[in-house]
Amino acid sequence: MNQVPDYEAIKRFSADIRINTIKSIHSTGSGHIGGSASIADVLAVLYGGMMRVDPKNPKWAERDWLVLSKGHCGPALYATLALKGYFPMDWLTTLNKPNTNLPSHADANRTPGVDMSTGSLGQGISAAVGIALGNRTQKIDSYTYCIVGDGELNEGEVWEACSAATDLKLDNLIVFVDWNKKQLDGRLEEILEPGDISKKFEVFGFDVQTVVGYDYQAIWEAIEKAKSIKGKPSVIILDTIKGLGVKLAEEKEFNHHLPITDEGAEEAIAEIERRLSEGTYPVGDFKW
Amino acid sequence: MVKIRKEIKISPEEMRYAYCDALIEAAKDNEKIVTIDCDLSNSCGTKKFKATYPDRGFNVGIQEQNGCAMAGGLSATGLIPFFHSFAVFSTRRVYDQFFLSCAYAKQNVKIVGSDAGVSAASNGGTHMAFEDIALVRAMPTATIVEPSDPTMMKALVPQIANTYGVFYLRMPRKTVYDIYEPGSTFELGKSVTIREGTDVTLIASGLIVVNALKAADLLAEIGISARVVDMFTIKPIDVDNIVKCAKETGAIVTCENSNILGGLGGAVSEVLGEHLPTPIERIGVKDLFGEVGPQDYLEERFELTAEDIVKKAKKVFARKQA
Repeated sequence: MNQVPDYEAIKRFSADIRINTIKSIHSTGSGHIGGSASIADVLAVLYGGMMRVDPKNPKWAERDWLVLSKGHCGPALYATLALKGYFPMDWLTTLNKPNTNLPSHADANRTPGVDMSTGSLGQGISAAVGIALGNRTQKIDSYTYCIVGDGELNEGEVWEACSAATDLKLDNLIVFVDWNKKQLDGRLEEILEPGDISKKFEVFGFDVQTVVGYDYQAIWEAIEKAKSIKGKPSVIILDTIKGLGVKLAEEKEFNHHLPITDEGAEEAIAEIERRLSEGTYPVGDFKW
Repeated sequence: MVKIRKEIKISPEEMRYAYCDALIEAAKDNEKIVTIDCDLSNSCGTKKFKATYPDRGFNVGIQEQNGCAMAGGLSATGLIPFFHSFAVFSTRRVYDQFFLSCAYAKQNVKIVGSDAGVSAASNGGTHMAFEDIALVRAMPTATIVEPSDPTMMKALVPQIANTYGVFYLRMPRKTVYDIYEPGSTFELGKSVTIREGTDVTLIASGLIVVNALKAADLLAEIGISARVVDMFTIKPIDVDNIVKCAKETGAIVTCENSNILGGLGGAVSEVLGEHLPTPIERIGVKDLFGEVGPQDYLEERFELTAEDIVKKAKKVFARKQA
């Protein structure tokens, strides 16, 4: 896309993604709100003008692809896709219910716009490497984006995929790390020392950028820079906060998977609107 | 048309090269075919594909999990990836990737495992897949194919390439016996009766088919008429022919180069139990780990020889008459 990005519109889009993710998870009672909230901003940038996609033709061969390697955060992607018109908004309240098209973990055979089925951590980035390679082999000029969790970096397969992406010189692959500092059982360093994530990717041969994960302009510009890098894959590390922008999740230390009550949903949505009107969205006065 | 060779002897052509040549041939008219190797292309005999089609052969190094899930991604873009490794790595090592990124994701990925069962020989127990059939049988939608000779391999590879879905192709790497005349045709899912008989049916697959044929000769000498069926598609299994054989011969022996638990023997037992309870005995590995040694030693060690089949056939024949 060559148009000048409208960062205010992207910001509003990210708020709508958060609001609809809250509503969706609230409708089923509980879900992966923490990691869904922290990727709302990058999803807003990608689907808010960066990606070449056509919601009316989700399987368009020339499209850009997104693999949500942290497949448990399907709800944030579903909210994004519904808002873009891939499927009706009322699907969002069918999340995890019998016969739904929106299962907990992303499923490309059920949900229009989901490009790859994921859920077993580590595999999505491998599939993204395959997709980028497949498109290049068929001379299709497109980008493959992939969002991996910071906890997911525990998986050895992620690093296998990185070495393959570098060896294959996949400059049509742009990986995001949702560096929200927590995994299911707690903070990264309490579970498995993450080391210097940026250096690790650098050693594996990636072009590495780190940006504030809720700075829309910074994310946009980082992607533009990544696209200009030739001969190697890129990673953009999103320095963000697990549960960001969703009050009930921000407030909890242990916020991987949470129940969302009527009251909690109402309060969280009101808080998003308040921060937007005050100009403090998405962070507000929340302190890490 | 299936024609058995008059004289059954060791093929001059190794199975791995029969496979690779068939794939190269299929890829001539189908530019969607690509391959993924994991630093075993020399052993699996698949080097020639990359040499023939340099832009369509990818060696990702010793990283089976990534290679297998990459195959799912390649397929998502419309390609037809064939993934190669030893049977142990092509199934048990990548089971989750095979399951989710290939089968669950409804991709068009073909997984090839060489050195299946006792054919792993000198690589020993760590590399000897007896469990692979059971593993893949439990994977929804997967088709399991085990060709018994190079002629059959060449007939089946194009069908596998042209049939959408996940496949597991199991093979020994080196030479086997030539069973079929060149030009013989086979259809995925349809077993072939390669010797008629009325007293007992020997249902075999892969490199044990030839042992079953030898056993049928030995049984004929003692007055037992044994039918031999080559069950080269293990899943979905040919229920019709199994039931037909059970009806017509009243006794079954399954013969496989894998664990009888969950393998061909398990599959045939399930069919018989549900459709037509019939006395059955199973030749195969009896829930044991593999060992190192020459293949003929291992066939004796795990009781897979023609003589072992004769013993089981006599036993099941007696049970039928009891």
